[in-house]
Formats: sequence, C-alpha cells, structure tokens
Amino acid sequence: MLEAFDTFWSIYSNLVLTLGTSSLLALSIYLTLSCGMLAMANAAFMGIGAYTSALLTMQAGWPYPAVLLAGAAAPAAVAYLIGKPTLRLSGVYLAMATLAFGEVVRIAILNTEAWTGGALGLNGIPAETQPWHVALVLLLVVAVLERLRRSRTGRAFEAIKEDETAAGLMGIDVAAHKLAAFVMGAAIAGLAGTLNAHLTFFIGPNEFGFDRGVEILTMTILGGIQGLMGPVVGAFIVTLLPEVLRGLQDWRLMANGVILVLMVLFLPRGLWDPARLRRLLGRS
Amino acid sequence: MLELQSISRQFGGLKVLHDVSLQVPQGSIFGLIGPNGAGKTTVFNLITGLLAPHSGSIHFGGQSLVGLPPHRITQAGIARTFQNIRVFKEMSLLDNVVVGMHRHMNASWPATLLALPSFREGERRARERARELLGWVKLDHKVDDLADKLSYGEQRKLELARALATEPKLLLLDEPVAGMNSAEKTELMAEIVNIRNRGYTIFMIEHDMRFVMGLCDQIAVLNFGRIIAQGVPDQIRNDPQVIEAYLGRDDDETTAAAGVPA
Repeated sequence: MLEAFDTFWSIYSNLVLTLGTSSLLALSIYLTLSCGMLAMANAAFMGIGAYTSALLTMQAGWPYPAVLLAGAAAPAAVAYLIGKPTLRLSGVYLAMATLAFGEVVRIAILNTEAWTGGALGLNGIPAETQPWHVALVLLLVVAVLERLRRSRTGRAFEAIKEDETAAGLMGIDVAAHKLAAFVMGAAIAGLAGTLNAHLTFFIGPNEFGFDRGVEILTMTILGGIQGLMGPVVGAFIVTLLPEVLRGLQDWRLMANGVILVLMVLFLPRGLWDPARLRRLLGRS
Repeated sequence: MLELQSISRQFGGLKVLHDVSLQVPQGSIFGLIGPNGAGKTTVFNLITGLLAPHSGSIHFGGQSLVGLPPHRITQAGIARTFQNIRVFKEMSLLDNVVVGMHRHMNASWPATLLALPSFREGERRARERARELLGWVKLDHKVDDLADKLSYGEQRKLELARALATEPKLLLLDEPVAGMNSAEKTELMAEIVNIRNRGYTIFMIEHDMRFVMGLCDQIAVLNFGRIIAQGVPDQIRNDPQVIEAYLGRDDDETTAAAGVPA
C-alpha cells in the first residue's frame, strides 16, 4: 500500500502540487471577478512573484518563508500602482488594459537579461517548495477568502458586481473595494508563482503570457464564482484534463477544447453552483 | 436641512436644470412634481453625487455636498431609491438590507478573519436590524428569498428598506409608487407616514397626484428645468402655471379651470 503510494508520488507529485498552485491562480482571479471586474493581469502578477522570489532565493539567499512573503508583496505593490488608474475602466476595456499590462511585464522580463536571463529564463532555482507549503498556503488563502466572503467586505464585492451605482449609494467606497480585490488577487497570484518557481527548477517569460492568463480565466469561469469551491474545481479539471486525455494523443488538445466549450455552453454559471445542486438534490 | 441654491446643469447644449433653488425642512415630507422630462431625477442625481452641478451649491445640514463621491454623501446621511428599481437581484432580501449597513459594521480585520465574538455580534445585530427594517415594509416573511423573485411593488419596498438601512436622516424616494396598484399605493402611503413619524425627513418625486397631494407637507413643481411653483398642496392645486404645465393652455380658459389631473 505504502509502496504503491510511493510509486504514485514519484510519478505524479509534480502534478498534485500543480493542482494546488492552479487552485491559487483560479482563486486569485475569482477575487476580481467576484467584484465584477474582468482583469486579466493575473498571469503577469504570477510572473512578477515568480521572478522576484527566484532572484531573492538565488542572488540574495533569503530564507524561504521571507521569499514567499516577498513573492506576494511585490505583485501586490505593482497592482496597487497600476490599479489606481486602470480600475476606472470597466468591462472589456479593463480586460484590454490589463492584458496590455501583462505584455509589458513579459517584454520587460525578456529585455532585462542581466537579471532575468531574458528569453532563456532562470535555471536552477532550488526546489524549496515542499508539499506541505502548497497545502498550507492554499488552506490559508481559502480560509481568509471564506471569512472575507461572509463579512461586510464580501457583501460589498457582491453588491459592486451587481450594481456599482447602487453599491456606492449604500455607502460603499467602490473604488477602494475594487482596488483591494485587485491587490489581494495579485498577492495570491504571486504566491502561486513563488511556489511554482521553487518547484519546477526553471521559469521563463512565456510561462506568464497571454496563454496562461486565458487558462487562469478558463479555470474560474468553468468552476463558477458562486463560492470558493468553484475556482478550485475548475483548476482541478483544467489541470487534470490534458493528463486524463493523454491516450488520445494528437487529438488531445482538441478534445480538451471541445469539453470546455460544452461545459460553458450548458453550465453558464459554472460547475459549482450551489443553487442548482440544491435543486437537483431536492428533486431526487 | 437640505438646501439647493441656484443649481444649473446641462447635458451638451441642453439645459436640463435652470437656477433651481429648494429647501427641504427637517421632519417634513417634501414633494417634487412635474411633467416627464422636467429634470426631477436629475435633481436627485445631483444631490446624491452621481452627477455634478455646473453651477450652484448643495448643502446638507450645513455641509456642502458638491464634489463628494456618492458613498460620502450616503455617509453624510442621505439615502435614495431609484425610479427604475436597482435592488441586488442575485442576493437575498436579508443580504440586500445588510449591505446598506456597510458603514455601521466596523469589525476589525483580525476579528473578521478569526470570526471573533465581536465580529459575530456585529453580524447578528445587522441581521436583526435588517429583519426589523424588512418588517417595516412587511417583507419579513421572505427574508431568505432572492430579490429577483419579488414582484415589482415588493422590490420597491425592498429598496426602501435597504435605503433605511444606511441610517439616513434624509430619504430621497424617486417615484415610490410607480407600477403599483391602488391597494399597494395606499399601503405604501401609510408606510411613508410611519417612516416620517420615526423621525426621517422625506423628499420624494412622484407622478401620482392623489398620492402627492395626500402625503406631502410641501410641494415644488418643476417644468422644463425651472421651479414654477412651490407651496402647500392647496396652493399647488390651484396654481394656474401648474395647471398649464400639466394640462396645456387652451384658448378656451374654461377647460383649465376644471381642475388638476387626478
């Protein structure tokens, strides 16, 4: 039994830990979505966290807990600075501005070769991330978000998502809440980037580009934003699907895409929809 | 309590409000009436900070409101409802009202994250108060329903409860009985008098003449962006300019003398 687990773990440990970091990424964009904003900068925030933390470990030799904190703080600080002007935009305009910001980050990483290794990326990052690190960070993030969701801040986010004008007239500082959601999302994405960088040995600029941004959004939309389980479920599916479909070989990506399209078509509110689950259970 | 002084506002070349001055005295029910497109809702949007006036001043209890963002104006003690109902449809009735208590819930971060007793106590008090307010508008039997499921008239009443949750001194009601049947109207009229008797000042926009005349202590009439008359209901009822604004002028003046529209 134990032996079987050892075999499983030696093959799949990386995948299991990726489930954790993917969940963090999905939760990071959940925050902005739950506040009614379509912000697409999370891949870039992940990258900022990953590079900041990797450099602190490799160049400055910081201890890992401090590196984790810095990996969250750096993207949060950047989010604070760019959030002030960009969060005045709404809808697709905000998505475009944040996508553009993501490109700026990617190209900045490409062109600061002296620090980041440019297109070659950073090699030989010490594998500091232990499984319990991922578990603990995920647990803490979920706990904090769950408390937040059930507090006046969470209700304010929901009110802003439903009707910004009405929310403002309820005495909610709309701009400050949007900024808070954006900054917290960036910090969580940075944590995911830090954990991931110290797990995979290597990071390169293209890991944090447009594709990753869309993948993060897909996870959360697929899972739904009716609760914290949604993003986690979505992250698991998007991460596991390519592995499960490995047998299809060349058709794998196509099957992957078809499954996602079907899910979004038939479950527009996401897979995790407590109201629908309750209805289904009530009927049976 | 609320004082607007020579407010003007234009949209492009269109002057929507011209030199509008109003005083809403404390403890009264004040009505603003006028034909469609007269600029009534614009007055509310200026007071609540959704729009800025191009000239003039707005004072509330001595404090200038011009240039303040909407949430600061709410915090100063003004709440409003909307003509085209804006409840949070995907939230329960209870949550809708609890959102209104946003600034009165001040649990600290540690208390919130650890769900300490002080946080729980605040949440419990907020829910209790929300139930009470929903009771005022007779919706307390539906607290856990989604707002989306309510009828039109009920959504208006929910908006009223939600506005009261911000603990306002002044309540702005934008056409509170639009779309209600006459039984609902009579009921809401009683509710509004009750609310005033609890110490709130009320400033309402309304089309329904019977409703306004029966309820308001003072009325101002807005037509094409100007205040054309102001006074107690009886004065307004017999004001020739008001009659003209509502019925139009006729060559044969006898038709106008027939009275105000019902």
